[in-house]
This record gives sequence, C-alpha cells and structure tokens, in this order.
Amino acid sequence: MKIPLSWLRDYVDLDESIEELTSILDDLGLVVEGVEMVGEGLEDVIVARVDEIRAIDGADRVRLVIVDAGEGPLEIVCGAMNFAVGNHVPLAPVGAVLPGGFEIALRKMRGVTSNGMLCSARELRLSEDHEGLYILDDVIEPVVGRPLLEALGMTRDVVFDISIEGNRPDAWSIRGVARDLATRLGREVHSAVLATPDEGATSATYASAGIEDPDLCGRLTVSVLRDVVVRPSPAHLARRLTMAGMRPISNVVDASNLVMLELGQPTHPYDAAHVAQRTLRARRARNGETLTTLDDVERALAQPGRGLGDTGEDCVIVDGEDRVLGLAGIMGGAASEISASTTDVLLEAAYFDPMSIARSSKRHALRSEASNRFERGVDPELALVAVGRFVALLRESNPEVRWMAEPLDVAGNVPVPPTVRLRESDLQRALGVDLTSEDVHRTLEGLMFRVSGEGPWTVTAPSARLDVRSGAAGRADIIEEIARLYGYSRLPRRTPTWPEPGALSDRQRIRRRLRDTVVDLGVHESWTPTLGSDADFDLLSPGSARVRVTNPLASEESVLRSSMLVGLVRAWGKNAERGLGDVVLGEIGNVFTHPEVATMPRHTRGGAAGAVSLALPEENERLTVVLGRDNDDARTGVAMWAALATRLGINDVVVRSSDGAAFGLHPTRTAQLVERGTNRLVGYVGEVDPRLFGALTTMAPRRLGVLDVDLDVLFELTLDAELDQFVSVPGRYPVAIVDLAFVVSQAVHAIDLAEVLMAAADVVEDVTLFDVYRGASLPAGTRSLAYNVRFSSSEKTLSESDIGAAREALIEAARALDAELRS
Amino acid sequence: MTTSPLAELSTHVADLIARIEQALTLADLLVDEPFIVGKRSILSTLQKSLGALAPEERKDAGARLQDARRGIEEAFAVRRALLEEEARAEQLEADRLDLGDVVISQVLAPLSVGHPGIVAATQRQLEDVFVAMGFNVSDGPEVESDWYNFEALNIPPAHPARGMWDTFYVDLGEPETVVLRTHTSPTQIHLMEQAVAQDALPIHSVMPGRCYRRDTPDARHLATFHQIEGLVVDRGISFADLAGVIETFTHAYFGADISSRLRPAFFPFTEPSAEFEITCTICRGDGCRTCSQTGWIELGGCGMLDPAVFEAVGIDGDEWSGFAFGFGIDRCAQMRHQIADMRALIDNDVRFLRQFS
Ligand SMILES: [Zn+2]
Repeated sequence: MKIPLSWLRDYVDLDESIEELTSILDDLGLVVEGVEMVGEGLEDVIVARVDEIRAIDGADRVRLVIVDAGEGPLEIVCGAMNFAVGNHVPLAPVGAVLPGGFEIALRKMRGVTSNGMLCSARELRLSEDHEGLYILDDVIEPVVGRPLLEALGMTRDVVFDISIEGNRPDAWSIRGVARDLATRLGREVHSAVLATPDEGATSATYASAGIEDPDLCGRLTVSVLRDVVVRPSPAHLARRLTMAGMRPISNVVDASNLVMLELGQPTHPYDAAHVAQRTLRARRARNGETLTTLDDVERALAQPGRGLGDTGEDCVIVDGEDRVLGLAGIMGGAASEISASTTDVLLEAAYFDPMSIARSSKRHALRSEASNRFERGVDPELALVAVGRFVALLRESNPEVRWMAEPLDVAGNVPVPPTVRLRESDLQRALGVDLTSEDVHRTLEGLMFRVSGEGPWTVTAPSARLDVRSGAAGRADIIEEIARLYGYSRLPRRTPTWPEPGALSDRQRIRRRLRDTVVDLGVHESWTPTLGSDADFDLLSPGSARVRVTNPLASEESVLRSSMLVGLVRAWGKNAERGLGDVVLGEIGNVFTHPEVATMPRHTRGGAAGAVSLALPEENERLTVVLGRDNDDARTGVAMWAALATRLGINDVVVRSSDGAAFGLHPTRTAQLVERGTNRLVGYVGEVDPRLFGALTTMAPRRLGVLDVDLDVLFELTLDAELDQFVSVPGRYPVAIVDLAFVVSQAVHAIDLAEVLMAAADVVEDVTLFDVYRGASLPAGTRSLAYNVRFSSSEKTLSESDIGAAREALIEAARALDAELRS
Repeated sequence: MTTSPLAELSTHVADLIARIEQALTLADLLVDEPFIVGKRSILSTLQKSLGALAPEERKDAGARLQDARRGIEEAFAVRRALLEEEARAEQLEADRLDLGDVVISQVLAPLSVGHPGIVAATQRQLEDVFVAMGFNVSDGPEVESDWYNFEALNIPPAHPARGMWDTFYVDLGEPETVVLRTHTSPTQIHLMEQAVAQDALPIHSVMPGRCYRRDTPDARHLATFHQIEGLVVDRGISFADLAGVIETFTHAYFGADISSRLRPAFFPFTEPSAEFEITCTICRGDGCRTCSQTGWIELGGCGMLDPAVFEAVGIDGDEWSGFAFGFGIDRCAQMRHQIADMRALIDNDVRFLRQFS
C-alpha cells in the first residue's frame, strides 16, 4: 500500500527522519518496500507562457519556442507539438536538476541555443503522461513566473510503499498504519473530520435496504446523498489519490477511494436514478443469474468452483425488482454506475463475510481494492463512520450535498470480538520475558483493545481486529501484538538444549555413503526436471497411466516423471553438443507412479478437514546414472555397479541379462540386478536404447551406459550389510589356484555356475570369472566360461590329492547345469 | 485424337507397389525412394503431362493421380516401417550382450572424477549444523494432500492466505485436493501426527526437501526448489529459544561476523511470526546493492507454532509449545557461492558442475 507521509501526518504527529520512520515501520512488521520522494527536483521549475512558436530551418522534429517566465523572452528548443501560443507550461531553466538527477544545461541544436527545457508531466514525475508538455491551463489558473510546486499547491512529500501482512486488515489504511506508529511512539491518534447526517426527511422516506442472507452480509448501510454535483475533485485530493497509486475519476468516486485508503472501508456509490425502487438488498445469488461487471465481462453466478468445498456461493446486491446490481464487495455492474448526470446517490457501506468474498473473488478471478479488504475482514462498526468521512470529503467540491437523516442500517450476523484471559505466565512462557502491566495496557489500548486487570488481564479485541481469534489461538494473537509493539529486537534470546542427541536416520546416512561413492566413481551429480511432457514419457512406455499437473506452466511440463533417464540423456546430449560428452551424469531423486498402477500407492488423509483417505502416487527414490565417457557402454555400467556394491558391502546381488528389461533401455544389452535369495529387483544395468538416444539428442549414434537403482531396496541391503559386522580371518596355509573352463549353454548365467562351484567343496575359497569365449569350435548355443578357483583350508596345507579331489568335485557339480569341462 | 496420359495408370500403380514389395532391406527401399515417391517417379512425370489437358479433364485426371499417389505413399510408409523394425531387430540381435558374462577385470573403465551437486552438498552442510545442534533430519513426500500442505497448517480452503503460495495441483481426487508440496511444512504435520500416535514427543527435527511453486523461473527463483525447515515441540519452548536457535545457526553456517534479526510477519501456521534476516553476506553489513543499502538480507520465515496447528494434530498446547522456521537451500547456495543466475542449477552444464567439489 502506498502511504504519503503528509496523509499519515493527518493522523499522527511525526517529526522523525525518513530513515527513522522506515526502520520503525519495518520493525512493526509494516515492511517498507520502497520510498518515493515526490516533488524532489521540482524546486527550480517555474510556470512559463508560450508567446511564439517558430520553425527551425532543416528541422521537422523540433521547434523554437519563445516563452516568458517573468523575466522577458527566452528561446527554448522543444520537440513537443501539443501546445499553442498562450498556453502555460512548466519550464526547467538552465541549472535546474530534474527528478532522477537530470541537469539542464545550455544546449545548442541546429544552430539555435536552448535556454532550458519545457517539461512533460512524466519528466516531472507528476504522472505517467508523456504525450507532450504538461499544459498547466488544464489544471490550474497559472501565473507566469510562479514556482511550479506553489502553483500546483504541492509540497514535497514522501510516499512509503508498505507491504501489509494478510493478518492485518486493520493496517490496510492510512489510519491503521498511523495507529501502529502512534502506539509504538506513545502518541495520540488524531480523529478524522466527519460529517453528520442532515436534519429533515429520513432516508427511509426515500430508499430502502434489506438483508436476505445474514450469514453472507453482516451489515448493510445505505445512505442517501442528494443534490450531488459530479465534477472533478479538488487538486489536493486528486494529488493524494495519485500519490497513493489510484487514478482520480470524479469527486464521488474519488471520495469513495479516499475513504477506503484512509479508513479501510470500501463503499459503493449507486446512481439512485438507476436503482429500481431505490432499494438495495443483499442476498445469495441464484443458479442461472448473470451479471455484467464493470470490466465488461458477463459472469454466471452461483456456479460451483474448483476449490475444495466451493459450492458456488455468491453474495449479490439486488435492486427493488430483484435484479442483480453487483457482486457484493467485489465489483459493481455498469447499469447503476455514477455518471456526469447523477444527482442522487445511494451509498452502500457494508460488512460482508470474508470467506464468502474470498471464494467468489477467486472463482470469478476478480480482485479489486474492495474485495482485497473485505476478504481479510473490514471492521463491521466502521460503515457509517466511513460515510461521515465520505460526505466531509465530497463537500469540499460539492458543498450543497445533503446526507439524508437516519441512514438505513440493517444488521446481519457479525463476528463478536473475542475476549481472552491473559496471564503473566502466558507472556513469560511464550516470549521468555516478564512485561509490566503498564506495557500490556499501553500497547493493547493503543491498538484499541479493551484491557482490564493488572495481570491476569481480560482483553477484548476491537471490532477492527477480525484476525484475533478466541481461546488459546486468540491468546497467541494478542501476545504477537504485544511482542510486535514492544519490538522483537528487544526480546531475549536463549539457545535451548535438550538431552536427545541429533542424528541422521539410517536411510539419510546411507544416502550420503551412496552419494559419496558414486561421486568417487566419476558421477557428476545433476538435477533434471521433475515435470516433463507426454512425448518424453511416450518414449519410455506409450500411453501408460501418468501423474499429471492440472495447471502446468507449459504443456511440456505437465507430467510427473516416471524415470530420470529422459532428463539425464537429454542433459548428456546438451553437454555433448558443447564437446563435453566425455562425462558421467547421475541423479538421486524421486520418480512417481500413478496410484492406479502402483504396487504400493501411498494412502493419506485428504479432503476437507482431512476426513477422507486418499490414494497418492508411489514415490520411489532412485539413483540413475548415464555413462557417456569415450569407452562407456553396458560393460562399464556393470563395472560401476560392481564397484558400488562392493563399496557398500552388498554381495548378494546378481546381474541377470533379461530381454527388454526396462523402459528406455537397450532391449538386448540390459540386465536386471536381482537379490539372489529373494529375487527382489534392485535395479537395472545396461545401455540407453538407440531409439531413445536418437529422440533425445542430436549426436551421432553411440553407446551410453546406464545404471538405475531402486534406493528403497538398496538402502535395506546396505543396512543389512552394515548390521552383519563379523569379519573372518583368512587361513594361514598356502592357497592353491586352479583354472577351470566349462562349455555351457548360453541359457546358464555365469554367476549361477560360479555359485554351484562355490558350493561344491568346503575348500573353495572363491570363484572368479576371468574369460568368456564364443566360437565355431564350440557346439551351437554354448560358450566357454573360464573361472579362477582358489582353494584353501584353515586346518592344513592342501595336498595334491586334496586339490585333485576338490577339482573333481567341482567338475561333477557343474554337470548339474549341463556344464562340461572344456578339454 | 490423343490418348489420356493416365490410360495406363493402374499398370503403373501395380508396378510401383510391386517395386515396394520387392525391396527386402531398408537400404534397398531407400535407394528406390526417388523412383517410387520422389521427383523421379512415373507419377511425377504423369503430373507434368497433365498440363496439356483441357481444364475440365485436367481437374478430373489430377484427382485420380492424387489418389494413386496417396496409395503409393501409404504402401511405401508401411513397408518402410516394417523394414525399419526388421532392421532394428537385426541390429539389436547383432548387438546382443549377456551382461552376466561381463568379466569385470577385463572392463576398461576410465578413471574419472565426479562432483557432488551443489544443492545436495549445501543441504548436507546445513544438516550437519543442525544435527550438531541436536536436531534430527526428516524426509517427506513431494506429492501431498490439501490437508497436509494447507489445512492442517491453519490455511483453510479458499483462505486468502493461500495466495502466498502459487500451487501446482495434481490431477487426482476432487479438483485441487492433491498438490505438489509448496513447502516442506507438510512433513512437520506428518512428524507431529506420528509423535502423537506413538506418544513420542518431544520433536527436534529439520526437514529438507524438494518443493514446487507455480512461478516462472528467473535469476532468483526456480519453480522447483529446495527448502529446509525446522520444528521443535517440547516443554517450555519460547520465542527466546526460537531467536536463539536462529542466531546460533546463523553464526555456525554463515560465520561469526554474520548475525540475525527478526521482524514481525504473517504465516498462518505460526503466531507470533517473524521474517528472519541475516547480515548481508556480500557487504558484511555496510550496505550494498544486494541488500538495498540496508546491510540485511531476508533469509526465511519463522514463528511459534500456532495453537490451531496443535489442535489439528492433537497436541496439548498447555503442556507443549514449539516453534518452526524455514528457508531456501538453493538460496543459501546462491548466496554462499554468489551464483548470478539460479537457473544454472538446473542446466546441468558440466562446466558449472565441475566447479563444485
Ligand atoms: Zn549488502
């Protein structure tokens, strides 16, 4: 909210510097987001009269203007075209410094010397108008040679741009901000100059008002203003509006806006001539009703919205024929708008239910200065005070206006200001400080709370503080007000301690081990998008059930990822285009599965009040790595897995080739990582499918290795390995090493044969695959697997015959898999 | 009398179809492409000859030719897809590699050095500070119901305060009931619900994680970002403890010469609430462009847990009290490493990633 200092000073005496005020406002939670110095740089600008306009030879964009600013003719070169001889315009003479620091110097253009500059309103920072010179005859009766500020009735001013927090409806006004300052500084709040209704005929003889739905409209006042003359506002009021960021329109509309800015009460003036039976009533809109709002949009009313629990309730104002005039508290309709011919005004000042306004405003995507205030809660007792101020302001330009006696005032349901009991111990407990009863009284009473007692206190919130709740929550609200006015910076600080030690969970600790390990193995950790496109995920599995965002920023960011492979391959491709493809990229992150197809959808509380059970997507944390270094392919993927597993102490996971194993992976160069005992799937290793590579990169085809691991499983396996803490001491006796090569069917996994060999004799210490041979010399459908077998015993040195027997046992055992010793 | 140039059209079409069917490999088909559907096709030749016809006849012949062309193109496309699929199958078969037969000792993996992600590393540093201060670390899901993301945090449906978070809604359940979490605060609700269910209060925990806001990314904001929040629920916890924890953290993470200050603010889930600011890390408090000459920069929000939140999760506010705070992890990284444009974090440019160890 833009707050001119001069306006603020109407309500509280302030002699602090701008810096001091800014710092006090910040400390009160009224954060100053900007300070604008108005009128600065206009001190040297004077009123000049245009006496003659001449063309300059060879120039069609500028003209020579001869002006008089009180000291005889002065030649100025000027590019504007919107003025005529006799007009009065602002002149910045040589030496003047305009707002923004632009210094006017003697300039020579086209052989003509310019002795200053004639200014537009924007150059003077008086408005946005940059169409031409600021023609003063349109706004004042100009006197040649007068300083411009004096001529415009302006003084230098400061405008604070203050951000008002959502729980401070009371502060969303000049007077509200003044009240905070006055309380902090221990000063008075000046009262507003208010008009009172005129004697004579009562309002009821002329108009009527009613509330049909008291839950939506808590108070409806209708004042009748007669003998209204619609004309421009006086310059100083128009200035105020402009400084506060609103455009002056006419004295009636301006008075409404001024009162809203000053006191926080929105009002709505209707042309009485266009309100049937001069009647205003508030009620629920009915299904099928429509309204064309001032922004020229026809809106269907009472239509249920998308928001949780939004039944489509709209509060409307209707006339005596039950026709909808406006969306209450949000925006009026065009039919009853104030016009130049308006002579009688019905002025509505009301209280509407904040939640109802909030829902309607959101549903109709219609926000106004009024709705912003009503949805946060306008003081229900403010309505007629605001009208008194409205009339006082209107009289400045319309002294003949009459405010008919006994304004109509209909009551609905308004919230009752809560009364809360506050103990000294509550303050001590919440703030860690003892405050005096005097502090409590001074602070709260300054903010219009009623306080009785010297501790404990009984505190009643003012009607303006609709944010203050009852019970324990209200106590917290009041404590915040005390703390805020006392000053957060004056409150004590204490670093608490507790006996429970801080720690990472096992999962977090293991995640760190994993991250460190993959980084050590060459991974550049990446961060690819969570949201992708249908086209992206069609590459992995066309048409599968996807988790979607209903309101994406762009359609290609509308699907929650089911895999990180797409993002990583694309990221690799971009790096490769820059000649930086010799790299391993990896990411640890979540992928999402639609609850309808997930094996373990997450069930959680949802719906209004968390009363229903909701199935949410399964979130699976994974590690995905794309290996793009020069020699990388599926083999280096396997090697990376082997290194990772070894580092984490996992030795029960086998690599099992499987055709078409996983989405986006090469169908014949991919394997599953499977836990041997349980057959649990740990992940995949292999290569990027060439088709995916082609779709996501612009690079020439090449192999990219892939490792993709389900971390839910990996963490469990790692934890099991950590828990298995025993280590064995190697035997002291010599080790015998034997190489055995078997001819074995392609269908038999090398790791399975190794397992059989391991189990074949007690003295087998380890079996390692060291060569694979395929060739024409072998029967079709077979290959030769050569293992390095280590024999040892913890009891003795193995003899030749021990070793021979063991070797025979291994050869015999291999037959179980139809493996024949290769001769 | 001249014969129509299209007199033998059906013969030509049959020839072309046969030619398509005779291509046995993708390569053969592609070599033939110009003669079947391209500029050198008989159909193109016929097309040119139509110019000699009378306008009426030309129109009719043109339509027939167009039909024929469409048929040929379709047959070509079908054949092409089939041969491509065959070629792919053949290529995949030739590629076949039994990964179970990979001999690790024979794999020539280059020795290369990796780099941790800047966000993950920053998160770890922050966690370490808080763990040393006695906090646990809690994870939570990224998709949440309205209850956890908003309502239990004292932000009822349609409440104007919801405007503080630009929310991505997920297409599940009733409209606008499932969201991508806009903050890590839902994890606080999960923690408190669990602690109540298991009779396991107090809670001293921080919750880092990924969050989403529907906001067009710029140099200072990303639509996907990371936040770390803290939650303490214990006996006798006051605003003084909150201010003390913030100050201790600020010194520990940013350095001894950086301190913190609180100023009033509004968050629905805390009361009293505060923004917390720290000494500008660029000018160390002297005033510069980054801090708009104030010497302070805003880091996050905090406050005492609102009684309404305690009520939502079933904690007795007479016995327990607590506070919460939160701030951006990416923003800490941006400040500490002076990253000019936040979008570099999601570009995954190796030249950026490599600078971080
Ligand atoms: Zn600074």
